[in-house]
Amino acid sequence: MILPTEDGIIFRIKKYAIHDGPGIRTTVFLKGCPMACLWCHNPEGIRPEPEPLKADAKTSSGPKAIGKRTSVSDIMAAVKKDIIFYDESGGGVTFSGGEPMFQPGFLKSLLIACRDQEIHTAIDTSGCAPPNVFSELSEMTDLLLFDLKIIDSSTHAKYTTVANDDVLQNLNLASEQATPVRIRFPLVPGITDERDNLNAVADLVGSLQTIDTIDILPFHRTGEGKYDRLQRDKHLPETAPPTDDMIRQVSELFEERGLIVNVGG
Amino acid sequence: MNDRIQRLRTQSLMARPTISSERAELVTQFYQTGIAQKESVPVQRALAFKHVLENKSIGIDDDELIVGERGPEPKATPTYPEICLHSLEDLDLMDRREKVPFAVADHTKAIYESEIIPFWKGKTNRERIFSHLPSEWKDAYESGVFTEFQEQRSPGHTVLGDRIYREGVRDMQRRIRSAIENLDFYNDPDALNKKEELTAMDIVAEALMTFAQRHAEKLTALAGQTEDPFRNAELLEMAAICRRVPENAPTSFWEALQYYWFVHIGVITELNPWDSFNPGRLDQHLYPFYQREIDEGTLTKERAKELLCAFWIKFNNHPAPPKTGVTLKESSTYVDFALINLGGVSRDNIDGVNELTYLMLDVIEEMRLLQPSSMVQLSKKNPDRFIRRALKIVRTGFGQPSIFNTDAIVQELVRQGKSVEDARQGGASGCVEAGAFGREAYILTGYFNLPKILEITLFNGRDPRTGKQLGPETGEPSEFEDFDQLFDAFKTQLAHFIDIKIKGNNIIEQLNARYMPVPFLSLLIDDCIENGMDYNAGGARYNTSYIQGVGLGSVTDAMSALKYQIFDQKRVSMNDLIEALRADFKGYEALHRSLLDETPKYGNDDDYADGILKQVFEAYYGAINGRPNTRGGAHRINLLPTTCHIYFGSVIGALPDGRRAGKPLSEGISPVQGADRNGPTAVTKSAAKIDHIRTGGTLLNQKFLPQVLDDDGGIAKLAHLVRSYFKMDGHHIQFNVVGRDELLRAQKHPDEYRDLIVRVAGYSDYFVDLTRELQDEIIDRTEHENL
Repeated sequence: MILPTEDGIIFRIKKYAIHDGPGIRTTVFLKGCPMACLWCHNPEGIRPEPEPLKADAKTSSGPKAIGKRTSVSDIMAAVKKDIIFYDESGGGVTFSGGEPMFQPGFLKSLLIACRDQEIHTAIDTSGCAPPNVFSELSEMTDLLLFDLKIIDSSTHAKYTTVANDDVLQNLNLASEQATPVRIRFPLVPGITDERDNLNAVADLVGSLQTIDTIDILPFHRTGEGKYDRLQRDKHLPETAPPTDDMIRQVSELFEERGLIVNVGG
Repeated sequence: MNDRIQRLRTQSLMARPTISSERAELVTQFYQTGIAQKESVPVQRALAFKHVLENKSIGIDDDELIVGERGPEPKATPTYPEICLHSLEDLDLMDRREKVPFAVADHTKAIYESEIIPFWKGKTNRERIFSHLPSEWKDAYESGVFTEFQEQRSPGHTVLGDRIYREGVRDMQRRIRSAIENLDFYNDPDALNKKEELTAMDIVAEALMTFAQRHAEKLTALAGQTEDPFRNAELLEMAAICRRVPENAPTSFWEALQYYWFVHIGVITELNPWDSFNPGRLDQHLYPFYQREIDEGTLTKERAKELLCAFWIKFNNHPAPPKTGVTLKESSTYVDFALINLGGVSRDNIDGVNELTYLMLDVIEEMRLLQPSSMVQLSKKNPDRFIRRALKIVRTGFGQPSIFNTDAIVQELVRQGKSVEDARQGGASGCVEAGAFGREAYILTGYFNLPKILEITLFNGRDPRTGKQLGPETGEPSEFEDFDQLFDAFKTQLAHFIDIKIKGNNIIEQLNARYMPVPFLSLLIDDCIENGMDYNAGGARYNTSYIQGVGLGSVTDAMSALKYQIFDQKRVSMNDLIEALRADFKGYEALHRSLLDETPKYGNDDDYADGILKQVFEAYYGAINGRPNTRGGAHRINLLPTTCHIYFGSVIGALPDGRRAGKPLSEGISPVQGADRNGPTAVTKSAAKIDHIRTGGTLLNQKFLPQVLDDDGGIAKLAHLVRSYFKMDGHHIQFNVVGRDELLRAQKHPDEYRDLIVRVAGYSDYFVDLTRELQDEIIDRTEHENL
């Protein structure tokens, strides 16, 4: 059993989030992630602790640090402000990151608080968590957005810094639970779009009885400025976003395996 | 769109606005005959109207299906010297100004010099108004505390109801004659005045029929000249239509459109009312004709659409009459604010969306014209596909249709004392103004500069721009011990200037009632005939005067800064802050940053700032709502700016929210440009904290990047956002769907962006036609991107 905690570190609360699950949502970004994917567009979510931030080069303003210890009740106060929009649209709250399960006690408290308020929840997870933690938390949420990146474990380790044993085991667990699951597949040219990987993803998802939907998330460069402000090297300086044509080809490949495909969230 | 519509549309788009002196000449001619002097004022006005309609030239273009132009040809725009006489310098300026120009030919100037100016100088309504207004009114007006809608245009702001679709002008005459017969000269002290007014209505009714007859004759003649048998038959049918309507109630879809259009031309020829005129609930009015004819096989969907397109183009042929001075600044546009309402509920409270509603939405999307403007009324009873269809048009990025909350409008109108049936048949006109269509004279009287009141308060009643003591001395602000004292001083100043404005309104209303009756408009609005009273004199069933508040976001943020920085956090003293304002923040960079970045702002669902918003709203409402006008009705508030937030900003120095001197104010009830940083749910929640139901309309604009709406999921979620705002009783919301980068490019290369249309406030306009200040203001509005 995970012990609930009353606060944790978050780095953003985003309202009118329309790509993180059904309806109009508020997405809470929990800081800290066991992975460090080369294409990460939220690099400020990787390190678990608050960290300094250089001023924005363009406006020379903006916050000087990122990440803040925040109480569950403060987060819930912000989340509750948009209940009317969740009710109207069938939306709710999405916990993202970083890896939200990296702060399991905090996430558990948040899920309990949302359940008390009858607010729909989704967890946007990399699947990289101890299976007992994953299993407990995923049973408490209304929807899992499960990122599936690379099937070959050594390639996975090469690009994300960790092997994918937990990810694959957790995906299996997820498929056996009652909580609905949507697979999210980041399409990163030159990395996740290798033919073998695409086939392996399609095979794996296709083999799961309870999961039939996959969202393709095309790589984009909007996170770039953040690397600069965090004073970190950009890991993928040369990679361009996938073309519409590439996205269509991947969609078709997945659809041929009987999957329901969405582009974007 | 078919070839014919394409030709008509192109012709309308290419036509250059010009000044036509035809109407001015005819009116002058009539008054020179001396007939006028023998008659009462209403009858004079009626005879002048008759003289114009009997003698004005009639232009019919080759492809037209709906006939009738205000001037001799599309965009030839008449003047109204009895209201506002343009000098030769005015004409010259209109001809040469960069924005909103009107070409003025030499012969027009010559006629003005020799005939029009010598006759009207000293006799215009504008001069009459200014000679009656007290000096404190003029001082406040010149300082930019408020504007005055009726100084160059006549009262209007109304919308036609359903009467013409069941009654011909001949039937109206019968009602007039019976009203005259029933006058009680024994007991009614106004019986004679009523007789004169009713006689005037009878004359103008006849004049409109003559005008239609002249079109019938011209159409018959044109039919004789054409070689094309198809067009020949069409022209003969059009001639037959002009013989049936407006004399009789319409029997077909086409007749209904043509009838409305003759009425429209009549209203905008009689005088130059603010907000031209408007058919209002067009899908409701026309649906019975459409449905019957489709069933009978006498009309096809394609033909109905073609007729609607032709009808739409007629509106685009009619720019707003030329304005100058402050009136041009408050409404710097050719748009004349005809706002077609679609959807909503019926009189008996049933979902009003029908097949014709969707057909009209197709027309709006294809025509992509500035005029007429269009909106959808969204009731909880309307289906979701209706709002989604409308939003798909909004996504194409020309700012139409705007979206209104029927359920709020009905509550607003009922609160003001209208019957619920009349309220349901109403809607919004102009930018966002609620009205009981066909039954109400609701007159916008001028914009009111809320942040200017705060500035005057901070300078103890003086206008810092001129040094003039404009308001009472409400105390040196450095001596205020808390925010409440400051707010009390603000309320005192507010009450002072609202008093001045209302005094002016009541003078101007009386002058318009006495000297500028509008018997033709009165013919159309219930219950002017039954009351024997003019539209401008309180003849309508409901009579409302609005004062439109501007800069609610700016004044809220400025007060929030004062309260937070001075009284709560004690980061700066009042004197230092006022010095910083005088210096326009030069030398106060750290304070300026703190005011911008570290102060609660309206639009973020933050109760600190939004609480002040409510306080300001209540003060404004309390100062105005329910105060009597001279037409048997009351003053009410609404919150919209047209382009006045630019002008009002230009007369105010730096404000405590960090806004620099002379810069635009926030528009409508939208947050200050760039101050809303938590997305559209926070903005709509903040905006819903004021009680929209106690207004006659509020205006909220939001800017979205096109990418947010590029799939159906984005559209569906935006529809949910709208529905949520309306659940909270929001009155109106509209979206600009153009990216900042594209607007910057358009500013740099106007020639490549001639057709780029953006939402300004309660209307859309060509981006390149906007003043530079307004372009910058739109670029600075917060963009909701959310990728």
